[in-house]
Amino acid sequence: MRILVTVKFTPDLQSQRSFTDGSVTRTADDGSMNELDENAVEAALQLVEAAGEGEVYALTVGGPDAVAAVRKALQLGAHHAIHVTDEEVAGADVFGTAKVLAAAIRKVHDETPLDLVITGMAALDGLTSMLPTALAADLGWAQLTLASELTVADGTATIVRHMPDAHETVSAALPALVSVTDEANKPRYPNFKLIMAARKAPVAQWSLADIGVDGASVGAIAARTTVVEAAPRPPREDRRVVTDTGEGGKVLADFLIERGLA
Amino acid sequence: MTTVAVLVEQRDGAVARPTLETLTLARSLGTPVAVWIGAEPGAEALAHLGAHGATEVRHLDAGDAGRLPKVRAAALGAAASDADVVLVTSTFLNKEVATLLALETGAGVVVDAAGAEIVDGRVETTQTVFAATWNVRTRINAERAIVGLRPNTTQAAALDEPAAATPKTVIFEAPETPETLVSVEPVPQAEGVPLAEAPVVVSGGRGTNGDYALVRELADVLGGAVGASRDATDEGWISHEHMVGQTGTTVTPALYVACGISGAVHHRGGMQASGTIVAVNIDPDAPIFEIADLGVVGDLNDVLPQAIAALKEARGA
Repeated sequence: MRILVTVKFTPDLQSQRSFTDGSVTRTADDGSMNELDENAVEAALQLVEAAGEGEVYALTVGGPDAVAAVRKALQLGAHHAIHVTDEEVAGADVFGTAKVLAAAIRKVHDETPLDLVITGMAALDGLTSMLPTALAADLGWAQLTLASELTVADGTATIVRHMPDAHETVSAALPALVSVTDEANKPRYPNFKLIMAARKAPVAQWSLADIGVDGASVGAIAARTTVVEAAPRPPREDRRVVTDTGEGGKVLADFLIERGLA
Repeated sequence: MTTVAVLVEQRDGAVARPTLETLTLARSLGTPVAVWIGAEPGAEALAHLGAHGATEVRHLDAGDAGRLPKVRAAALGAAASDADVVLVTSTFLNKEVATLLALETGAGVVVDAAGAEIVDGRVETTQTVFAATWNVRTRINAERAIVGLRPNTTQAAALDEPAAATPKTVIFEAPETPETLVSVEPVPQAEGVPLAEAPVVVSGGRGTNGDYALVRELADVLGGAVGASRDATDEGWISHEHMVGQTGTTVTPALYVACGISGAVHHRGGMQASGTIVAVNIDPDAPIFEIADLGVVGDLNDVLPQAIAALKEARGA
């Protein structure tokens, strides 16, 4: 079982997140692997462990700091790490990012075929959930997205997809792309031995030239969307906190009535 | 005039509320046409769509396979081939559909938008990001635009003089897909307005200790839907469909009442853009109070019954 997991370097949720020149500000100090990608790494590790053989690759694309994302995957138990980094990737939109990831995946797949690519359901910075679909399309593989359950048997991957009106079971032949939700599993914690090993583990550094991608086709120039304004939302005005001394419920009701909400 | 295709969200054959909001926004961008995927729309649905500005209702049916993102995207593409702008409700499925349609047509996509307008011949959208702590304006550089609109971000308004929408059937053959839909198991739907669309949401978290009676009663009094925190759904106190948060349902109601919810960042990300936020929590240091318009520090078992009684009394019930 050979599985590649794509991971993203994102600002820490607790940090002051912001924009610089229309892109999300990313610095190594307060960033790490996107939390929802832990579910993707976990799903890959579980499948390899169940199969009793196999390898997990972690792949990321981004600036120098993004290497922290694949290091985290190594700490969790991934066997190989790849970091695609190139100045020309800056400003890429979801389609540009998918193109870069797909080219890197093909390079791995052409050497020794992969069975699956697994991604998280969304990145907690952008939360668009568009990448898995765009990546599967670029690879020309089946898309099994938003999996709450994933099983692989006899060359077929089967997922259960929780939609608001129904639970769908969808299957496809391997190789396929699967995105897993945070319902799919409980990610493990890195153990000390793996943390130490991950520090020294080699991370392959690939440029766009290494994976045969023309920078002009993926970077800011090619982006179909551009952030033209970004500003912190003003804090809520006239906020009020009262302590219930027997009248708290009335205060609440009066507040709703005053605001015309009840 | 710009043709704006609006993908209709349906519920039991009727038009779901977010679509009326989307149609209202579509009128400000150009000439709306509705795209209806599924069994043929009834007279009531046609009238409803027409009243909100749809000039045509283009209907195609792909059966159960229409649930697959690729089939749905192909259907939408076939019905909206002449549209410069395609608007969908920002659901998980529609985000995938929008992505696939964009790959097919070269359109630019923004999902989770709170609004859209045409500026110098291109669509620009507004949205909130980073758990609704930032406002962002995005310009779609491509000639064709696809926008996913969050429910409750536009006020739905019927036309002053409603016109009838012309129904049209689009010939459509579903493409072969590498994905196979093996089975579909319907999920029993909660009564009342769905969480994502509700104008009022009352949510309960760890502080309920699993008892949702007061939360439900307050939701009933306010005409709202019941939500929950991740803690509560993980405990199995209430089903996952009720989870408000970045990986559950994102809500932007006019009123959000958080009961016994501390306000972890994952939860805030799913509700912080709500109109008015009210929080009841026994812990004065709960982070939810940082974003609440009104915070009540107290036991929800004391505060909620009193609030419910006062609200009932105020409306003379």
